[in-house]
Amino acid sequence: MTQLLERPVESKVPASPAERTARRKALLEWIAIHSLGIAAALFFTLPFVFVFLTSLMSDSQALSRDLIPHTWEWSNYRKVFDTPGFLTWWKNTLIYAGLGTVLTVVSSVPVAYALAKFRFRGRNLTLMLVISMMMLPPQVVVIPMYLFWAKQLDLSGTLWPMIIPLAFGDAFSIFLLRQFLLTIPNEYVDAAKVDGCGDLRTLLKVILPMAKPGIAAIALFQFFNAWNDYFGPQIYASENPGAWTLSYGLESFKGAHHTDWNLTMAATVLVLAPVLLVFFFAQKAFVEGVTLTGVKG
Amino acid sequence: MATTTHTLRAKHRRERLRTLAFLSPWLIGFTVFFAYPMVSTVYFSFMHYDGFKPPTWSGTKNWTYVFESYPYFWPALRNTLWLVVIMVSLRVLFGLGIGMLITKIKTGTGIFRTLFYLPYLAPPVAATMAFAFLLNPGTGPVNSILEKIGIPAPGWFNDPTWSKPALTMLALWGIGDLMVIFMAALLDVPKEQYEAAELDGATPWQRFRYVTLPNISPIIMFAVVTGVIGAMQYYTQPLVAGKVASGVIQGAGTMFEPGYPEHSTLTLPQLVYNLGFQRFDYGSACVVALVLFALSMAFTALLMRRRGGLIQAGD
Repeated sequence: MTQLLERPVESKVPASPAERTARRKALLEWIAIHSLGIAAALFFTLPFVFVFLTSLMSDSQALSRDLIPHTWEWSNYRKVFDTPGFLTWWKNTLIYAGLGTVLTVVSSVPVAYALAKFRFRGRNLTLMLVISMMMLPPQVVVIPMYLFWAKQLDLSGTLWPMIIPLAFGDAFSIFLLRQFLLTIPNEYVDAAKVDGCGDLRTLLKVILPMAKPGIAAIALFQFFNAWNDYFGPQIYASENPGAWTLSYGLESFKGAHHTDWNLTMAATVLVLAPVLLVFFFAQKAFVEGVTLTGVKG
Repeated sequence: MATTTHTLRAKHRRERLRTLAFLSPWLIGFTVFFAYPMVSTVYFSFMHYDGFKPPTWSGTKNWTYVFESYPYFWPALRNTLWLVVIMVSLRVLFGLGIGMLITKIKTGTGIFRTLFYLPYLAPPVAATMAFAFLLNPGTGPVNSILEKIGIPAPGWFNDPTWSKPALTMLALWGIGDLMVIFMAALLDVPKEQYEAAELDGATPWQRFRYVTLPNISPIIMFAVVTGVIGAMQYYTQPLVAGKVASGVIQGAGTMFEPGYPEHSTLTLPQLVYNLGFQRFDYGSACVVALVLFALSMAFTALLMRRRGGLIQAGD
């Protein structure tokens, strides 16, 4: 675009016909690319727009085929907040996501560090097992896990079966952080050792400050994972509405208001919005995390 | 001499202990949340167990039940095949297309990139709920618009032939992860190669075919394999879409059996839920779990065999 903007200045010098056709071609290409871009942007944003517009319609209008609200019913959002349980779902989601994220980071950092910087027999095997666990859908082991939490520990109907496992390292976080730690040169570790630092001190004082972007990425991913988790709450929390999270509660909200698309969409916006807000504040860490997941080699 | 081997051995022992200490959270997690339940899943697949009466040995009964009599197994596998062939390839093509588009956009790149990426972040339940609304045949905006311009409007999540295409649209909407990955790969293609191709008078298609494609083919492979794994494990979106479209009200004494409409949204993980937590047939649920495990691991092995991909040399 900068070249395009500079054109008027350049064009004081008479341009040869060849140059002119080249410019015209560039301009046409610019228009074509950006029209495509706008079309794609519409595909990606219109669903948000329609959801938001519907969330502001009156009950009767939500049953019509109108696209734009006649009256803007902001009170729909109040009604959602007043739904019994909604605030509990929020609280539970924040506990699950917050506590789960802290536990994941604390337990995954040393494992990732060992996998990235220690030499030991069985390291490749360990790494392969970590990747296998990462690729394992939770449904594969859910029967014994459910029996374990519900029958042996009597913890079904609580958030604990979802939170406690995160205190023992999360495979995806370990893998992602290991990829990040590989990018930190070993000389830092060696230098710390020469200075007399033990392994734990090296990790805490030398590596961690440099690994901040990687840690931010796994924290974000884990937070979103918990926020988005549907299967966990469905298995472990469904019997007790007091332990539901937003993702699980949202669907039951639809069940209870099955014709009120306006309220359901208002609730949907309230589940979507925090995630999008977090993204705006942490965009860089997030995109970095996505590229780190195995492609940058 | 003897003392040096002695201290060396002590050093080795110290290092081993240190490694174990650092790995300990994961070692416990691996044992309790992976190894033990895997063994247990195999065990239960040969037992009759309903969660109340003690489990009893049933031989291969669960296995023959799942493969021969359980009405959901083959439809789920067929759906998975559909998703692998159509949804995954469309996602890879679309992801590559959007990735190329974003590298060509010169004005407002940041805004475009953010807008393209955002839907990927939408929580699956919320995104599915949004699409169930957008595509609902009664009052949904998509059908309202289609009918206004005179295109026959499909039943989407309420029609067995359109429910998977509707899920595919939802999956294309959340293309942000692939977009970022392809974008990074496209920007990594050495510029000199394009310049050389240009000097040789290559057409845009030839540039794409002989410069871009060979450079990004490992990433395409990565996207395909992770896409296949994702398709086999597809759970929340088809379950929620079916539930919402069917209009079954939770907690009203009715139970939603997954797959609405007409088994068209069934996938393997939903069968584990259906067998284990709706029919209380833990044994058969474990059989499906093992099938899911075998498929997931086969494709994960494919992913790990690629050198320089997932496993990058340590040190």
